[in-house]
Amino acid sequence: MSNSIIRVEALHKSYVNGSNSLHVLKGIDMDIQKGEMVSIMGSSGSGKSTLLNILGILDNYDAGSYHLDDIHISKMNETKAAKYRNQYIGFVFQSFNLISFKNAMENVALPLYYQKVSRKKRNNLALEYLERMGLREWAHHLPSELSGGQKQRIAIARALISKPKIILADEPTGALDSQTSLEVMEILKEVNQTGIAIIIVTHENDIANQTQRIIRLRDGVIESNQVNHAFHLESVEVN
Amino acid sequence: MFDYLEEILSTLKKNKLRAVMTGFSVAWGIFMLIILLGSGRGLQNGMEFNFKDIAKNAIQIWPGRTSENFEGLGKGRRVQFTNEDYDLMKRELRGIDDISGRLYLWSDVAITYGNEYANYRVTCVMPEFINIRLMNVLKGRFINQMDIQENRKVIVLSQSIVDMLFKEVEPIGEYVKVGGIYFQVVGVLENPTDKNAKDAILPLSTGQRVFNGANRLSNLAMTTTSTTVEANKQIEEEIRGFLAKRHRFSTSDDEALYVWNTLEDFKRAQGVFGGIRMFVWIIGIMTIIAGIVGVSNIMIILVKERTKEIGIRKAIGASPLSVVMLVLSESLFITAVAGLVGMLLGMGILHIASTVLTSMAETNDTVRYVFFNPSASFGVAISATILLVVAGLLAGFIPARKAAGIKPIEALHDE
Repeated sequence: MSNSIIRVEALHKSYVNGSNSLHVLKGIDMDIQKGEMVSIMGSSGSGKSTLLNILGILDNYDAGSYHLDDIHISKMNETKAAKYRNQYIGFVFQSFNLISFKNAMENVALPLYYQKVSRKKRNNLALEYLERMGLREWAHHLPSELSGGQKQRIAIARALISKPKIILADEPTGALDSQTSLEVMEILKEVNQTGIAIIIVTHENDIANQTQRIIRLRDGVIESNQVNHAFHLESVEVN
Repeated sequence: MFDYLEEILSTLKKNKLRAVMTGFSVAWGIFMLIILLGSGRGLQNGMEFNFKDIAKNAIQIWPGRTSENFEGLGKGRRVQFTNEDYDLMKRELRGIDDISGRLYLWSDVAITYGNEYANYRVTCVMPEFINIRLMNVLKGRFINQMDIQENRKVIVLSQSIVDMLFKEVEPIGEYVKVGGIYFQVVGVLENPTDKNAKDAILPLSTGQRVFNGANRLSNLAMTTTSTTVEANKQIEEEIRGFLAKRHRFSTSDDEALYVWNTLEDFKRAQGVFGGIRMFVWIIGIMTIIAGIVGVSNIMIILVKERTKEIGIRKAIGASPLSVVMLVLSESLFITAVAGLVGMLLGMGILHIASTVLTSMAETNDTVRYVFFNPSASFGVAISATILLVVAGLLAGFIPARKAAGIKPIEALHDE
């Protein structure tokens, strides 16, 4: 039993478009420990979104291997993939991706709907998570009535409600102003403290600097993978 | 289950107008189907009403004149039925249930009670006659076997004649003069299809004796023991052969006998209505197909609009099956609800029409022969419901497949 939540070895992925083949990931190796908070950086076209899609079992890979919590994730049918996503992974997106006609509580409760949790139970649980996000009184508001920061907090609550092993955040602060970004990062850090690993894809150094480790991608290969000393310094200060 | 419904309803609520418009075509299809089927039923009821005063498997035979030379006998001979025909047929032919000879008096006869009198057609029959020409006995009784055996001078009258002659007096037990001879009234009748029918009925034996009928019969009426047209035709042929032999005419001589086979007519009329019904179903199904295409179209657009939502659902754990079910049940819900509305509206209108027609029939009896009690039966409602479910599933099929094929990554990046 290893201590890694995500283990990727020699991962390759290309997109075939007609006769053109675009080799996006060219042998990625990485290992993310349980409870770690890691950021993946890279310019657009570096393959970071593709990597995140594969880690989120939203996409297949061509070669190499991917273990999620020691389970080998290979080509699988959609039903199985959906089940793994539901059980192991929480998603946080740049554009929040809340369902517009469902109120905050219903949005948060949705993953549990697919776990066949009864309506009453999942709504109560959703209220609990909203409480943790400080949004209890907004439970019955539609996303359109909420600010960007509030929406992202709801999205985080939704990602957490199924008690995932890992949260994949794709530019979680990309659509937020710097103050709100800070708040959201604080929440993510708090989540991380509870033992859930977090991977943040970002191109902002400010955000990356708040994580324990920074993985930089360039042209489909890992350029650097280093412990973020700033984070440890910060931790030391806190301690 | 409720949870599931809530999930469907939440999206429909989002766009009520569209849901209503989508459902309309389906509702219209079912509405038309119900109205048309109900109308067909109404016409059929009208037709069947015409048969209400006669047993469904009745055969009536009138003698005619021969039109072919046969065994050295010239054509143009009159065929005359007698009691002997009756006796022999009753004894020798199988497949006959009730049989009655019938004698009409030479012309309308004056029936007199006190100072009132009027001319009526008088018919002399056997007791079994009431099982062949169906009549309601309102008071007293019909002719019975004792009347026949003892040549009793009794008479059974239609209510309309009683109204005319007796006014306020209770008719049973009273004596009326028929062509100058007293008969005691023993029963009052009503024709189920025509309340104004005027029948005066005597025991056959009495009629033959009193009115110089000797042993002659005007015609023969009977019911058969079978309920199929084929068997009835078979019996009819046997009777024709039997009478042809006795009265010495060719079995192919169509003018020597006139046979009215009720079952054959009834079944033929029913066949026509069966055809109409099938036609209506075809029209109805076609209309509903148009509705299905409409629903399917809208659902495809809906799925396209909801690409992102479906992508989100998939990302957070919706299996393809649950997405398929989501779309399928939505289309099923639209068609089912719309269809039910259409069905209830159709049945409501039929009910109103039926009520109006019933009240019309009270003053004008002819309505009943044409169009009466148009209604869609329970069976129709069930079939229509099944049709709707199938329609809903069909309508949702293509959109559901499209929805299941949505890739979450593409959907999520589709801003």
